[in-house]
Amino acid sequence: MNAHAENIAQYNFAYLDEQTKRMIRRAILKAIAIPGYQVPFASREMPMPYGWGTGGVQVTASIIGPDDVLKVIDQGSDDTTNAVSIRAFFQKVAEVAVTTETGKASIIQTRHRIPEEPLKAGQVLVYQVPIPEPLRFLEPRETETRKMHALEEYGLMHVKLYEDIAQHGHIATTYAYPVKVEGRYVMDPSPTPKFDNPKMHMSAALQLFGAGREKRIYAIPPYTRVESLDFEDHPFEVQTFDQPCALCGGAGVYLDEVVLDDAGGRMFVCSDTDYCEKRQAEGHAGPTGSPGEGEVQ
Amino acid sequence: MTTPLVVSELSKTFTMHLQGGVRLPVVENVSFAVRAGECAVLGGPSGAGKSSILKMVYGNYAADAGQIIVTHDGALVDLATADPRTVIDVRRRTVGYVSQFLRVVPRVSALDIVAEPAIAEGIEPEAARTRAAAMLARLNLPERLWRLPPATFSGGEQQRVNIARGFITAHPILLLDEPTASLDRANRQVVVEMIAEKKAAGTALLGIFHDQDVREQVADSIIDVTEFAPARAA
Amino acid sequence: MTAQPLFTVRSVSKFYGNRIGCEDISFDLWPGEVLAVVGESGSGKTTLLNCLSTRLLPTSGVVSYRMRDGTSRDLYRMSEAERRFLMRTDWGFVHQNPADGLRMTVSAGANVGERLMALGDRHYGQIRATATDWLGRVEIAGDRVDDQPRAFSGGMRQRLQIARNLVTGPRLMFMDEPTGGLDVSVQARLLDLLRGLVQDMGLAAIVVTHDLAVARLLSHRMIVMKEGRVVETGLTDRVLDDPQAPYTQLLVSSILQV
Repeated sequence: MNAHAENIAQYNFAYLDEQTKRMIRRAILKAIAIPGYQVPFASREMPMPYGWGTGGVQVTASIIGPDDVLKVIDQGSDDTTNAVSIRAFFQKVAEVAVTTETGKASIIQTRHRIPEEPLKAGQVLVYQVPIPEPLRFLEPRETETRKMHALEEYGLMHVKLYEDIAQHGHIATTYAYPVKVEGRYVMDPSPTPKFDNPKMHMSAALQLFGAGREKRIYAIPPYTRVESLDFEDHPFEVQTFDQPCALCGGAGVYLDEVVLDDAGGRMFVCSDTDYCEKRQAEGHAGPTGSPGEGEVQ
Repeated sequence: MTTPLVVSELSKTFTMHLQGGVRLPVVENVSFAVRAGECAVLGGPSGAGKSSILKMVYGNYAADAGQIIVTHDGALVDLATADPRTVIDVRRRTVGYVSQFLRVVPRVSALDIVAEPAIAEGIEPEAARTRAAAMLARLNLPERLWRLPPATFSGGEQQRVNIARGFITAHPILLLDEPTASLDRANRQVVVEMIAEKKAAGTALLGIFHDQDVREQVADSIIDVTEFAPARAA
Repeated sequence: MTAQPLFTVRSVSKFYGNRIGCEDISFDLWPGEVLAVVGESGSGKTTLLNCLSTRLLPTSGVVSYRMRDGTSRDLYRMSEAERRFLMRTDWGFVHQNPADGLRMTVSAGANVGERLMALGDRHYGQIRATATDWLGRVEIAGDRVDDQPRAFSGGMRQRLQIARNLVTGPRLMFMDEPTGGLDVSVQARLLDLLRGLVQDMGLAAIVVTHDLAVARLLSHRMIVMKEGRVVETGLTDRVLDDPQAPYTQLLVSSILQV
């Protein structure tokens, strides 16, 4: 750590220069003022490739202060490459405290999950977004999608869901499931499983979305209505799992399938590693294995 | 007796722009009237302009001068100057036309072709088809043909479809362009009867009949078209 | 006869720099009336169609439309939101190339249902039933409802495009060479279908075509265009059987007799 101390002196706090941070903060403020609306911003080159969370990192870099406590998750896990790298990045360029505990973090940068533990007022959830435009699937023209948002022409979104039912018998979209924010803008919640959609609704935390390659920022302010689109005869439903987490016995949480061997052995475990570990520490155990057994991923 | 059709001082000249603007005068100062219940027949040799007069009265040819006054909805309308929309409405409810040849619409059955003007006049589709079937039966069109598009019918069969289509409505004015030309004797006689019924119902008929026998049976008056031959001056 | 026209066009012109797209076009269209705009390529008929359907802003002139509430509105003084709403509810636009008017990557049912969903229909079963019904009306078998138009023939695609437009019961249709690019036998079927639908639904339509047979079969009235201007207008059979303008005579005399 100390070996890096001189090197980071070359960087401004949190890597981005202050002008850039201001620009991004302005975009964030505008995004909060117009919930669900995609605000264009001048995305910077970051020391990581597009697709690795450059949007989320820029948002985090613009809002983080020395007193913040940062948690980074990738698919619910604190210890996958992406999460580890981004956490290390901010330790290095901002020297902030980091944690894996949801409850202790003031900023949580996430790729594709919302923690199981309900977020509290004052917390900020920063999503990494690959494709911010929910209408892109059917309308390739940016000029047209912008107009559709402006005029609230969202029939196309239901065309996509209709197509799902027509092809699969049910709405087969399981992640990046479109939502309507505060009854106005239709928004892509980033590729989180639709399981997490209800958590966005009336959340006490501020939710910020950053898309680096696409140069868009959008937001859901605390206590905002977030409704998943659906049909009357095919209402929105979250995934259910017919067994609890194999490790912690947690039910009503999002589980990942883990293949154990070449013989088809598998188990389902919490995708949220912090949640799982905490439960195991509290003495809960699942059908397979004892607390602390399976090192997931 | 009312006079639903009055034609006065009607003139028609074709200008052939593709032949250096050659002008072909067809008729000049055409004037006649047809009363309700009367069948007037346009007489004269081929090329005298009988068909052109009939087509002008139907609005199919443009008139260069003169008036074609028809009683439409209790008001007088000049078809020589009426806008297209009025002409269409007059055709739908006041002036019917049996042309020499059937303009075949792809895929539409004979029965529907006959029923169409009745439906346009406001009759329920089913009632119109029933009436159309009765007309076709009366004209001895074999029933197996009713459901077929007439494109492959013989000339006489097409003509009978055409006649049924023209006679199905209750238009106060009916124009007939050689309706019996390709019919056999029995069917000619049916048409003669149908014309007599139209007259009895108060329809004003204006027609061209080359068949002398038919003409003598239906005509109340003959309009000699040679009187309207254009002066060969200028 | 209705007292007021549905669609009123006054002195509409479109210039591309100093080139004329179309110039000084005026006409009225009444409910249930089909108007054919004929002329050869480059005569300005497509430019005119685009100016009338709000797809292209005219250089000058007024285009008004009588809304369902009876008020007449200047199209180019409406907000864009209103215009777009009109276009997907009360109007239809049939493109020559069905791929321009269809979503090729979603099913036939979704193509037909899109306008319904745009209007707020949120019952999948009902939307699909309506779509299936409309496929039947344009003679596409109901079991194709979940197939993508990519798997359809040219004629089927065109019929699907028509169904997609008609599902909201529009009062005015714009058609740009609706039978262009189709085989003759397929054309006949489509024309007959269009003719029936226009009659049954009491649709008003503006049909751009270079094919005089199409104009004869579909339209009540015709406008003949040349070099951006109207050279002749009138009842369709009158214009075709007794053409007055030199150019119309040339057009009519150029038809090949079969």
